[in-house]
Amino acid sequence: MPISHEDVEHVAKLARLQLSAAEVEQMAQELGTILDYVARLDSLDLDTVDPNFYEASENLPQREDEPQDSLPQSDALENAPDDDGCFFIVPRVV
Amino acid sequence: MSRYAMESILERWEPVIGLEVHAQLKTRTKIFCGCPTNFGGEPNTHVCPVCLGHPGTLPVLNQSAVKMAIATGLGLHCTVTTESVFARKNYFYPDLPKGYQISQFDKPICTEGWLEIVLPERTFRAGIERVHMEEDAGKNLHDAQTGLSQVDFNRTGVPLVEIVGKPDLHSAEEAMAYLKELRNILRYLDVCDGNLEEGSFRCDANVSIRPSGTEPLGTRVEIKNINSFRNVGRALGYEIRRQARALESGDAIVLETRLFDADTGQTQSMRSKEESADYRYFPDPDLLPLRLDQTIIEEVRSTLPPLPEDVRSRFNEQYGLRPYDIAVLTDEKDLALFYEEIVTSGADALAASKWVQTEVLGRLSGDKLTVSDCPVPPERIARLLTHQSEGRITGKMAKDIFEKMWREDADPDKEVEQIGGVISDDADLRRICGEIATQFPDETAQFLAGKTKVLGFLMGQLMRQTKGKADPKKASKLLRETLEAIGTEGK
Amino acid sequence: MTASSPNLLFGTIDEARTALADGSITSTALTQSVFDHIEAIEADVHAFIRLDRSNAMEAAKEADQRREQGATLGPLDGIPISIKDQIVTKGLETTAGSKILSGYIPPYDATVVQRLKKAGAIILGKNNQDEFAMGSSTEYSAYGATSNPYDLSRVPGGSSGGSAAAVAAGAGFASLGTDTGGSIRQPAAFCGVVGVKPTYGRVSRFGSIAFASSLDQIGPITRTVRDAAHMLQAIGGPDPRDSTCRDTPMPDLLSSLEDGAKGLRIGIVKEAFEPDGLDPEISSRVMETANQLAAAGAELVPVSIPSLPHAIAAYYLTATAEASSNLARYDGVRYGQRADIGDVRKANLVDMYNQTRSEGFGPEVKRRILLGTYALSAGYYDAFYVKAQRVRTLIGRDFQRAFQQCDALCLPTSPVAPFAQGERTADPLQMYLADIYTIACNLARVCAVSVPAGLDASGLPVGVQFICNHMQEPMLLRVARACEVQTGGYNPPTPIQGLSAEGG
Repeated sequence: MPISHEDVEHVAKLARLQLSAAEVEQMAQELGTILDYVARLDSLDLDTVDPNFYEASENLPQREDEPQDSLPQSDALENAPDDDGCFFIVPRVV
Repeated sequence: MSRYAMESILERWEPVIGLEVHAQLKTRTKIFCGCPTNFGGEPNTHVCPVCLGHPGTLPVLNQSAVKMAIATGLGLHCTVTTESVFARKNYFYPDLPKGYQISQFDKPICTEGWLEIVLPERTFRAGIERVHMEEDAGKNLHDAQTGLSQVDFNRTGVPLVEIVGKPDLHSAEEAMAYLKELRNILRYLDVCDGNLEEGSFRCDANVSIRPSGTEPLGTRVEIKNINSFRNVGRALGYEIRRQARALESGDAIVLETRLFDADTGQTQSMRSKEESADYRYFPDPDLLPLRLDQTIIEEVRSTLPPLPEDVRSRFNEQYGLRPYDIAVLTDEKDLALFYEEIVTSGADALAASKWVQTEVLGRLSGDKLTVSDCPVPPERIARLLTHQSEGRITGKMAKDIFEKMWREDADPDKEVEQIGGVISDDADLRRICGEIATQFPDETAQFLAGKTKVLGFLMGQLMRQTKGKADPKKASKLLRETLEAIGTEGK
Repeated sequence: MTASSPNLLFGTIDEARTALADGSITSTALTQSVFDHIEAIEADVHAFIRLDRSNAMEAAKEADQRREQGATLGPLDGIPISIKDQIVTKGLETTAGSKILSGYIPPYDATVVQRLKKAGAIILGKNNQDEFAMGSSTEYSAYGATSNPYDLSRVPGGSSGGSAAAVAAGAGFASLGTDTGGSIRQPAAFCGVVGVKPTYGRVSRFGSIAFASSLDQIGPITRTVRDAAHMLQAIGGPDPRDSTCRDTPMPDLLSSLEDGAKGLRIGIVKEAFEPDGLDPEISSRVMETANQLAAAGAELVPVSIPSLPHAIAAYYLTATAEASSNLARYDGVRYGQRADIGDVRKANLVDMYNQTRSEGFGPEVKRRILLGTYALSAGYYDAFYVKAQRVRTLIGRDFQRAFQQCDALCLPTSPVAPFAQGERTADPLQMYLADIYTIACNLARVCAVSVPAGLDASGLPVGVQFICNHMQEPMLLRVARACEVQTGGYNPPTPIQGLSAEGG
């Protein structure tokens, strides 16, 4: 079952993707098909299954608070689509 | 609106306030990479592939940030959780390199605590809901000259703790007291420098009002962009009045975020955020659950410095200071330490309290210095005060010597020695009194004729001639005796 | 290349190493001949997005100098290899097969690249792939499709299709791929080469452009199991820059490599031979291989992974959710492409984001971002994302139960043979369903390998897959090697030998 166009448009907005009307229609169909398939998980009894699949022995490593080299400013800006030599430049933030 | 009008509003409506504070932790490096955290570098020079969110980079947690977050939790009487989880908060903004902020969501590092608020009329505990760790965002600037919007990522990834207070505050004054105490605690813990101007201590407020005497909470409004203690009071005052006025004229309060404008003193709705936020939080798969065993928590606990509330009760019980003096002396950790060192170096606690408040604080503010820059070390102040309490110098002399200590790095012992200290020997004083009587026969006669007021003049002369070194109590007593003896002889 | 070793291009790392050691060839000559070979076949195969001739030749020269001075670094010193474009290379454009990253010059090397460089390997260039590793055919690359060296009209599999095709076609001795749901093993199977997906946490992900962080692993694609062992030995082990990389040192992978089939307990996964979509020829080829292992002394044990049929659903929810977040950084601010927005002072920020991302991402990537955003969005999070994580726990348990009964699981790598280009792009779900045999390993974080098991009736490669428990890479490679001994392993593809002046 296709999902609604509103849902597709809402999700596209969250993801900062612009879709044409035809793309919205296509995605509504395709996502619907995939979600119908995914619905097969509903047949499983999962209430007692922990969503945290990490083992108890796994722990987050922590690093020492020791400074590492930063990039020179020119390297930091090297890949920027737009910069003024000091800052990254973007359209105005309203 | 007049004070009277505000008071009458507060009779009808009870504000309910909860504060969310973002405090920057004083680590050397960022929370997930080795870039430095110091404020004020050239734009985009404290950055690396990790904090710029380059493809393929991964976060690695800074151990100091964890310890400081634990210390914050312990300082606020929280439970430190044995398993906390970093989550991604997804949204787009130019200052957010990865398109998500790494924060903690449903499993924060600390939960359920409180801090003690001391107001003139009452002392109470304000609840803390949670403390969680997160990374700071960068900075967007707008250059009015070029019309360009600029992004600087130096601050991106600086470690923060967000301290979420419970809605336990019911006035702007309580909110300000809460903030001051919280900032003080973080400074006592040495985890945050608490600088509002540089943004290392930032506050958002959730405000609602309800009819006085009722329980259900009203619709809450979040206020952002409050960047000074004064503005906390102004923003809350404005918002409470705005909500009361709206409700009294039959309007509803809208659940929204409002920005405080320091220029107008008003809060403004953030209209640009028309779409309701959907941050799509989920556990960050780049970071495993953070499991803290009791050993680490106890290690942090055992190295925890005293908190303001501990210091306050010690100053009261051990030194017998009054609440007002305690409030002044504990307002800053460095000042409390400074004071205490004077006392432990042998000075009388009450005399030291008075001296610090009148002499030290006065001179510091005059010279625009902080207590850590004080030119006179506490141990020297202790020696000076001891000379005074043991009668070797007078209060006036102590002040003069202190002036020299402040300006010329003078040593109090040498100064006291040099000026010879107080003249308190009875024979010496009697001789001086005799000389005064001889020098001022008219005044002496007037005294003997019953004009006892003239004793003040003669005493003044005595002090002047002894350059203030005469023990004033003794001298006054002996001067009277000397004059009376002359009268008896004369009869 | 000297006339005495015309087939060295299709040889093993050890063969190249011997030739380098006995002086019959230099790394410079070897590298040059690989480039010449690539030149001859690349128009037809298109396994590379870009080559790095000058740096490679420079590195080869240094390797030769080291050799002259008797300071050779190890088995990979002077050996030409390639790297999937998903893995960042300092100073060498890295795009992950996407238009949005075109022109991106990484300021750092991935840990694996650093380690390979340190081992003296010569990096020829960057392999083609499905955009951001999302695909099973290498047709979803912004830089054109790659062809299967065994049949140029067919796909090489994906997403590491360029890596597998390059290695199969003799364009380098090895490549590094990334595997999120089969992206190393499936193209390895399609191209008749060996592909290893290590245990999650065995190889550092630092510098692997993230698709789905809890599933991604880097691994080698090689012509032989032994070559895979050399590569994995070099790239694996702890890395303080990846918090999910385990602390356990890399064990010696070569010492047990030749221990053979004798005494091995091979689990035959019941559910793997049930799906309707399984090509009967593949099914029988895999069973035949298992029987050969049994004949060589292994014991076949029937095992069950009951949750296997649910793996695809759990995988696509998990992988797309993580991807939707991982790909949010491509916003046209710090690197990569920004859409043409005219005067930045007059442009609208949201328009810049929307245009940049809509123009920069291909349709499959957009589809997955949308699906993943949906799975994480308010109201659906528990029903989709959390549920998928619970299924993950279930799959993990099923694998642990199976590994109590056997040393390795045996199943097909792909249910289908390499398909024709354009055949499957119209139906995304059908494309996803073909990942059935590879996906569960990523969810369970265990290690797996695809080993060539001969050709089918149409002359297309068939891969057999073995799966071992966490951190059991020595066992995994031992089983793979035992299998290779039985099947004969890699055979140079005929169409390529026709194309290459050096070939034959």
